[in-house]
Amino acid sequence: MRKTEVTIAGVTFKNPIMEGSGTFGSGMEYSEFVDLNRLGAVVTKGVANVPWPGNPTPRVCEVYGGMLNAIGLQNPGIEVFCERDLPFLEKYDTKVIVNVCGKSVSDYVEVVERLSDEKRVDMLEINVSCPNVKEGAIAFGTDKGALENITKEIKAHTKKPVIMKLTPNVTDIAEMARVAESAGADALSLINTITGMKIDIERRRFALANKTGGMSGPAIKPIAVRMVYQASHAVKIPVIGMGGVATGEDAIEFMMAGATAVAVGMMNFVNPYATTECIEGIERYMDNHKIEDISEIIGCV
Amino acid sequence: MKRKSIGKVISQKSLAPGIYDLLIETEIAKDAKAGQFVGVYTKDASALLPRPISICGVSDDKKSLRLVYRVAGKGTGEFSGFKAGDDVELLGVLGNGYDIEELRKTAEAGGKGVLLLGGGIGVPPVLELAKELKAAGVKVISVMGYRDDKTFLLDEFKEYSDTYVASEDGSVGTKGNVLDAVRENGIEFDAICSCGPLPMLRAIKEFVGEKPAFISLEERMACGVGACLGCIVKTKEVDHHSHVNNARICTDGPVFAASEVEI
Repeated sequence: MRKTEVTIAGVTFKNPIMEGSGTFGSGMEYSEFVDLNRLGAVVTKGVANVPWPGNPTPRVCEVYGGMLNAIGLQNPGIEVFCERDLPFLEKYDTKVIVNVCGKSVSDYVEVVERLSDEKRVDMLEINVSCPNVKEGAIAFGTDKGALENITKEIKAHTKKPVIMKLTPNVTDIAEMARVAESAGADALSLINTITGMKIDIERRRFALANKTGGMSGPAIKPIAVRMVYQASHAVKIPVIGMGGVATGEDAIEFMMAGATAVAVGMMNFVNPYATTECIEGIERYMDNHKIEDISEIIGCV
Repeated sequence: MKRKSIGKVISQKSLAPGIYDLLIETEIAKDAKAGQFVGVYTKDASALLPRPISICGVSDDKKSLRLVYRVAGKGTGEFSGFKAGDDVELLGVLGNGYDIEELRKTAEAGGKGVLLLGGGIGVPPVLELAKELKAAGVKVISVMGYRDDKTFLLDEFKEYSDTYVASEDGSVGTKGNVLDAVRENGIEFDAICSCGPLPMLRAIKEFVGEKPAFISLEERMACGVGACLGCIVKTKEVDHHSHVNNARICTDGPVFAASEVEI
């Protein structure tokens, strides 16, 4: 019997596949394409203490083998999220990871406290890595002291397991991983998008209204695999790997690099069935290679 | 129901320089209606996102879609090479489409008819609307605007509507834009439906006054299904989804009441 379950901070996922925050809403839009019950977890779009309008358009553009986005963490705020999105997710037999964003430590803490008594929330993922907002987010993820401080503050305000989502836009990912771990993070997820830029040479303008955007997609996968390897070997806590995952084989690669679970991001936009196809791909790989327990391959290289 | 599905090219021809007329046999046609669009995938793995292309026609048997598009870059450049029998991957059908019944009631009450305004590559999406309105017994007046005498689809509009034309250089019809043609011909109407460049849609929003106008918007998109929040438009009222006055063009639109959006 094939065992695909993986456990992170005491939470057991039926398989290692989830999706990257911001690429799946709260699952509603993609429930038309995939059975959410099949997923290891649904990771929600970042939610703040109050509604955020996000950035002006154009917010997205295509680049070679991927895309840039500068959505700016548009979200309806925690109250709407709790009234609308959590009851929707109640219907499904999957784990729920809520991604939390904020402009200040107290913004994050407000959301974390609000979610602490919500039974439907299995874990919190703290976004300290969005490159597209002027305040908060990435400012906490690129500075060691700020990362340590926000991780400690959040841990002090919730009993839910906390995943710190790290940015690749740093010099030493292993160091940032160690800082988050020593400050009390229960798990890490990486990578968020890589800051990029595209210029429309016909119009002599930036392709995105925000000028810069976060790059995602298959083109960034080798960078992500490298960083997941470095981070997971620097810490003892589990790592959720992501960056250009399109297939079960990609997920296997991330797991061999050291990831305990894997998220599908931009490829949901390309192939709305990408998450379930990844699960099928993992199962096929396990059968072909006579792997009984998927945990065997974590960090095996 | 939305799905990703493989269709088969029935035929393709060029209608004007850079404008292509593509007919695809596809199961997603059975749910399609005027004002909606599909995502068309390239076969080039470096160009991953589906290209949003509006529906110009749905066959009577609901088994094929007609897409009339302009070559704008790498993706549409590849599509222009499609030949009969080629497989083409589609995501759809996407977007809300026009409310034919509401338009029918408005035209019935007013007695003047529905005015369709198309500009440039905004001409094709309103052709299916003309057809569906006529089938619903609605009087249709079409005013289509082009850059020059390289017009397309005009003869087909004539099958469904009283048809007028405007061209920027004056080589056919009224010299100027579609609203110049509306004024020049003294066209009366109960409602406007339009697709075209943003300056034209802004002018229509201004022009229409108290009468209803429905405009079809476009924006850079990624997912096409309402998840990524890439393609938003500012709205007058707080909408049910975003709670921050940002409607999603791909799912809440692309057709909006002009009075509801800040363009």
